[in-house]
Amino acid sequence: MMRFLVHRLAISILVALTVSIIGFALLRLSGDLASALAGDTAKPEQIAQVAHLYGLDRPLYIQYLDWAAKALRGDLGRSLFSNEPVSFLIGQRIGVTAQLSFMALVFAIAIAIPLGVVAATKPNSWVDRAALGLSVFGQAMPNFWFGLILIIVFGVMLRWLPISGSDSFAHFILPTVTLGTAVMPAIMRLTRTGMLDALDSDYIRMARAKGLSSGSVLFKHALRNAVLPVVSLSAVSLGFLLGGSVIVESVFALNGIGFLAFQSILRTDFPVVQSIVVFVSFAYIFLTLLSDVINAYLDPRIRLG
Amino acid sequence: MTSLEHTPAAAAIARSGVAREAEAPSPRMVMRRRALTHPGFLFGATVMLLTIAVAIFAPLLTSYDPFAQELTQRLIPPVWSAKGSWAHVLGTDGLGRDYLTRLIYGARISLIVGFGAAGIAGLIGASLGLLGGYFGGRIDALVMYLVNVKLSMPGVLVALSLISVFGGSVPVVVTVLGLLFWDRFAVVTRSVTQQIRVNDYVTAAEAVGASRARIILGEILPNVMNHIIVIASLEMASAILVEAALSFLGLGIRPPTPSWGLMISEGRNFMFFQPYLVAIPGIAIFVLVIAINMLGDGVRDITAPEGRN
Repeated sequence: MMRFLVHRLAISILVALTVSIIGFALLRLSGDLASALAGDTAKPEQIAQVAHLYGLDRPLYIQYLDWAAKALRGDLGRSLFSNEPVSFLIGQRIGVTAQLSFMALVFAIAIAIPLGVVAATKPNSWVDRAALGLSVFGQAMPNFWFGLILIIVFGVMLRWLPISGSDSFAHFILPTVTLGTAVMPAIMRLTRTGMLDALDSDYIRMARAKGLSSGSVLFKHALRNAVLPVVSLSAVSLGFLLGGSVIVESVFALNGIGFLAFQSILRTDFPVVQSIVVFVSFAYIFLTLLSDVINAYLDPRIRLG
Repeated sequence: MTSLEHTPAAAAIARSGVAREAEAPSPRMVMRRRALTHPGFLFGATVMLLTIAVAIFAPLLTSYDPFAQELTQRLIPPVWSAKGSWAHVLGTDGLGRDYLTRLIYGARISLIVGFGAAGIAGLIGASLGLLGGYFGGRIDALVMYLVNVKLSMPGVLVALSLISVFGGSVPVVVTVLGLLFWDRFAVVTRSVTQQIRVNDYVTAAEAVGASRARIILGEILPNVMNHIIVIASLEMASAILVEAALSFLGLGIRPPTPSWGLMISEGRNFMFFQPYLVAIPGIAIFVLVIAINMLGDGVRDITAPEGRN
């Protein structure tokens, strides 16, 4: 277990390091930071002065190390647009994004797992076909368009739900359905395949032969084994949702980090964009590491293989 | 002899295929038969070919210019509503441009983005996968490390920032999306290559001294190709969806180019009173993406070896 942990951790750190370098490069790619800081009307001397003040005239690798050292202490720099600390801006909005991602994941799992189990117990039945149809539907639906259609139907025509903002729980319902629909198909398919494999195995035949009730066989024996890969996929999906919420947050004007990133890109406020890219990547790296460790703990074949 | 061949029993045996075991149908015949009886494949191929035809012959299919604004003809509803007319079958948009014409020209953008991005991503991903899978060891570790880095970056966010830096021209969008979708190609190609490289014919090629490039390109690649095509269809569908999303956010294809995502974005301002402006391009994206996915699933089923489904 220890060897597995050390190896896995080393890879994560290496990946995190690379991502931070790419994020830093993205910031530099976006143009001349010094002239952006000095403003449109600045003279060349003033730009040079600003560059010197912010240390932008130093070699790139020193600037990177300086930025990374500060970032490790929680100092992500300041927004070019509002001059507020980036860490404050992210901290202010991360709750909304976390709540949306979490609710979307719960929504997706609540539909995907029961549907996947039922589909697997009756392959090629109408339930199976309906589940497959639903997953094809969810995969081919343009996410932002689905959001707009929900707004038109439930917000404008029926007037049941609010269509923008993040003030109450009701504000989260339509975005949750929109975002959850995007990750639901993959979870459902994985549950279905896992259940099909599990139901075909010797230990299930054994459990049935012992005379256990079909409910007990299905949920205690089969689902437990089938659900392992679903746990990893859910962790990965949560990372994806954190980053993927940029579109949904923009459609529903939810004030999360996705919407912040989008606005910052439009304002060419790249210190904020860079920080969000790196922040979301780190969250993803952490979540996949966590799911790998949980899996290794649950399944000896992984940690010893 | 002749009389025996014409007995009902002999005919039944011939039909059942037992008697024909000596001359089994060629793989190509099997695939053709499977393709013609696979409803998903047929649907996907039909829609795909139609879309390609529409995109190529766009100027012949409509007499309107997709860019021509006619401000006196703004927001005419489609023909099926009370105020619609056959002059504008799908109505006009907020600038008086014929909606059907923009939809037809928009198919070009979607297809160029889909094929282009899947092509670039396939080239990158398949090359990495072949190298990692064939050589193993450190090269493989490097490939998997690159895949890990790619997976941990928030793709849409990075794509948005890159396009905002380099501008929303079609080549930039295609390249950025190509860089976004190579990971699945790499993972699948790598694992299939690992299975193939231990086969006897690869060992034989190594034994007669074939170069590594020749083994990878001549022996392994043709056997991985089916998998690459299936992934390509999936990623082409994703690229079309993401292009639409980026253009919708205003950071993809720039106006006035008719992109379906952009059309939804422009229609959004009128969506409470003219919901068709949002609905029509969305349905177009939806149908094209479903068709591509079905085509890909169909190719997978058709090319799968006998008995493995």
